[in-house]
Amino acid sequence: MARLNVNGQLLQHDAEADTPLLWVLREQLGLTGTKYGCGVALCGSCTVHIDGVAVRSCAMPVSAVQPHQKVVTIEGLSAASSNSKGSQKRRVGAAGSAGEHPLQKAWVNNDVPQCGYCQSGMIMAAAALLKKNPKPTDADIDAEITNICRCGTFNRVRAAIKEAAGFTKTAGLDIIHVTRSAA
Amino acid sequence: MSGMSGSTLNRRQFIGTGAAATAAVSGGFIFGFPTSATAQGQAPEVNAWVVIQPDEKVIIRIARSEMGQGTLTGLAQMVVEELECDWAQVATEYPTPGQSLARKRVWGDFGTGGSRGIRASHDYVRKGGASARMMLVQAAADEWKVPAGECIASKGVISHAGSGRKTSYGKVAATAAKLTPPTEVPLKDPKDWKVLGTRMARLDTVDKTNGQKIFGADLKLPGMLTASINACPVFGGKLKSYNAAAVEKMPGVKKVVAVGDNAVAVVADTWWHAHKALTALPVEWDFGMHAKAQQAEFNAVLKAGLDASDAVVGTSNGDIKAALAGAVRKVEAVYAYPHQNHATMEPMNATAKWTPERCEVWTPTQNGEASLSAAALAAGLPAAQCEVYKIDLGGGFGRRGAVQDWVTQAVQIARQMPGVPVKLLWSREEDMTQGRYHPITQAKMTAALDAQGNITGLHMRISGQSILAGVAPQNIREGRDPVVFQGLNNGGGEAMIGYTFPALLVDHAMRNPHVPPGFWRGVNLNQNAVYMECFIDEVAHATQQDPLALRRKLMAKHPKHLAVLNAVAERVGWGKPAADINGQKVHRGLCVTHGFGSYVAACAEVSVSAEGQLKMHRIVAATDCGHAVNPQQIEAQVEGSFVYGLSAMLYEECTVKDGRIEQRNFDTYPSMRIAEMPKVETIIMPSGGFWGGVGEPTIAVAAPAVMNAIFAATGKRIRELPIKQQSLRA
Repeated sequence: MARLNVNGQLLQHDAEADTPLLWVLREQLGLTGTKYGCGVALCGSCTVHIDGVAVRSCAMPVSAVQPHQKVVTIEGLSAASSNSKGSQKRRVGAAGSAGEHPLQKAWVNNDVPQCGYCQSGMIMAAAALLKKNPKPTDADIDAEITNICRCGTFNRVRAAIKEAAGFTKTAGLDIIHVTRSAA
Repeated sequence: MSGMSGSTLNRRQFIGTGAAATAAVSGGFIFGFPTSATAQGQAPEVNAWVVIQPDEKVIIRIARSEMGQGTLTGLAQMVVEELECDWAQVATEYPTPGQSLARKRVWGDFGTGGSRGIRASHDYVRKGGASARMMLVQAAADEWKVPAGECIASKGVISHAGSGRKTSYGKVAATAAKLTPPTEVPLKDPKDWKVLGTRMARLDTVDKTNGQKIFGADLKLPGMLTASINACPVFGGKLKSYNAAAVEKMPGVKKVVAVGDNAVAVVADTWWHAHKALTALPVEWDFGMHAKAQQAEFNAVLKAGLDASDAVVGTSNGDIKAALAGAVRKVEAVYAYPHQNHATMEPMNATAKWTPERCEVWTPTQNGEASLSAAALAAGLPAAQCEVYKIDLGGGFGRRGAVQDWVTQAVQIARQMPGVPVKLLWSREEDMTQGRYHPITQAKMTAALDAQGNITGLHMRISGQSILAGVAPQNIREGRDPVVFQGLNNGGGEAMIGYTFPALLVDHAMRNPHVPPGFWRGVNLNQNAVYMECFIDEVAHATQQDPLALRRKLMAKHPKHLAVLNAVAERVGWGKPAADINGQKVHRGLCVTHGFGSYVAACAEVSVSAEGQLKMHRIVAATDCGHAVNPQQIEAQVEGSFVYGLSAMLYEECTVKDGRIEQRNFDTYPSMRIAEMPKVETIIMPSGGFWGGVGEPTIAVAAPAVMNAIFAATGKRIRELPIKQQSLRA
């Protein structure tokens, strides 16, 4: 039995040492919010945090993660982001509840997801960015958010990151809506 | 841990905070899907589309599939507009294909493709809402013994002004359900819409931001096993043999099975175990007759088709032969568009459970009815003994519709393990190499010009693959695939050319390589818009005309095409130079087309550095889709279309070596990232009177607008896609 610290809980699993962290999370621990997209760390759908840093879990053998290292998945992002005691009692991954992380709120405000499959990884990548760089520039976002989204949510992803970072709408959001009737 | 018995969870122990740990674990697990509210006995349906519970919750049935395009929310808006219920009370559910079969297709077509979700069902879906409202009002009026015409319904409350009485939908729903549905169901005039045409938030966003959304790949059923599959990499090849003994002792492996005549799968306790064993499994293939097929051969065959005599006519008017023979000058260019994979972020998957009496399938599908047919066929059972439970898709783009190969495979596997639910999940490599690819074509464009540079005739010869020949050959008549001419039809309302030429001939020499084609978001409009719109740009430059002015001249008889074109030109300030960005000149390119019933145009603004580095700054896009159901979701579709369309333009190409697709993952088949994404400004200009699609048409204007802007920047014309290997500077 090996141990993993996931979303604030010390959990045991019996996966072989070479099993990617992604598949331990999904198939041993039941945390399916983290997605399989490519298996070779190219698309970012599997992004989780290890000690606050974004990691592509599909290419990370579980044996490389030490029990003292804190793994956070999308299911644990809200709890990890909040300092209030109340949130510690919050059911981790309770169905239907909106996340409390500023990015999750901004994601909902901007109706960012389309199919949604890549969005867990996208949000986790963005959360790691904001943790080390609370006021990212467009160039910072370009450099750090390299996840693939095939539906094409990028402009709303950028808008939501900026909203979560506290920039006002006038700070250069990329979504400009011009709706009018035909002449 | 209750409820976990029989699942693989039995093998594990958890330490830590008991209840919370259980919640964390159960978060990703579901035990089958909720059946309809009716089946649960909660409330009788008012009609097929509407169930209203005593607690006022309104359940709206949605037949089409949600795959990111927002159709779930849009269709719910349609019902709610006519039903006059409270949007805050709305939930949705999918009826199953089996229920539809049993009820004589009461929900109509389940197919979700061709941007048809809303435009092909707006009438009966709105009538479903209106009919339910009329029955609810009638039930209240009967109870109050007043004429129904004196009662008003609003936000789920029915009131009678004369008596001051009020009641709610939840209170009268059971009575209403027993009434005879009205035969005359008038619909609102669009000018009276309150919910339709409004910027409504999607109904399905929250669970996509907190990890709770269950996709097909996440499905977990009691006792379920998981499979990874490997089909013969050469299309048309067969499975010859495999050495199961070599992997049967590997951790978790339960069974190695042949699947159909061309694939082998490993079934294990987890997908990782299944896939690891599959990777180690020795397999021999009979590669068949295409074992030596090469990309260069395809390209040569298509090139020869550009001048072949066996072409069938798609669109024609005037005398093209005379126009070409009498031309003072000709402009000619040859274009090429490659095979492309859909690359949905969620790879193909289906979970199947088979017994000699019944087969059930859980799958993300664009067409639940097609999934049911495939399941029944593979199960060897009548469709009435099969059922499909649809799951929202992690991307569709056309891959999960017409061809249901993964469903067939899942049932073929499950049939070899009776009573055991088996989840088949393709690896990314399997998904890349077993696609149903965007058809490969080339086109030779020839314009005949008079002494003043006017176009007197245009010949567009398309050579290449027919989707229908691969997917639905019964729809090919006398060698003609009508879908090939998407966006090039003279009339028809679906996909019309916007230009008028004195003589026009569009013909097609069908050339079908062995790579299986499929409907790929935007379909044939994609390459046809590249061919036509880049070539019009070429003619403009060859005759020293402004590309906008030439288009305007040719579009005099097509005011709706012209209106979207003018809208983008006006917004960018066409004719005045764009301001430099970071010291680089900004150049513009235009594109306009009509497809899936909507008129779309785009103007791209790009820079190309001295080293040939492309930067796409901004795209202004206009859409006239007739009626705009949810403007903010139309904007989302337009923005997303530029990612899909520009990713295709920049990078996407599947090539064949020794009969198989060479690209196996996102390293060799890259997809655009956020850093490359231009700003997108969306102009929605619904002119009313028709219903057009929005999920696909804008894909087609993405690449040509940028390609024309690249020419404006460099003077070098790009005629082959993708542009990744080509230098943008001479």
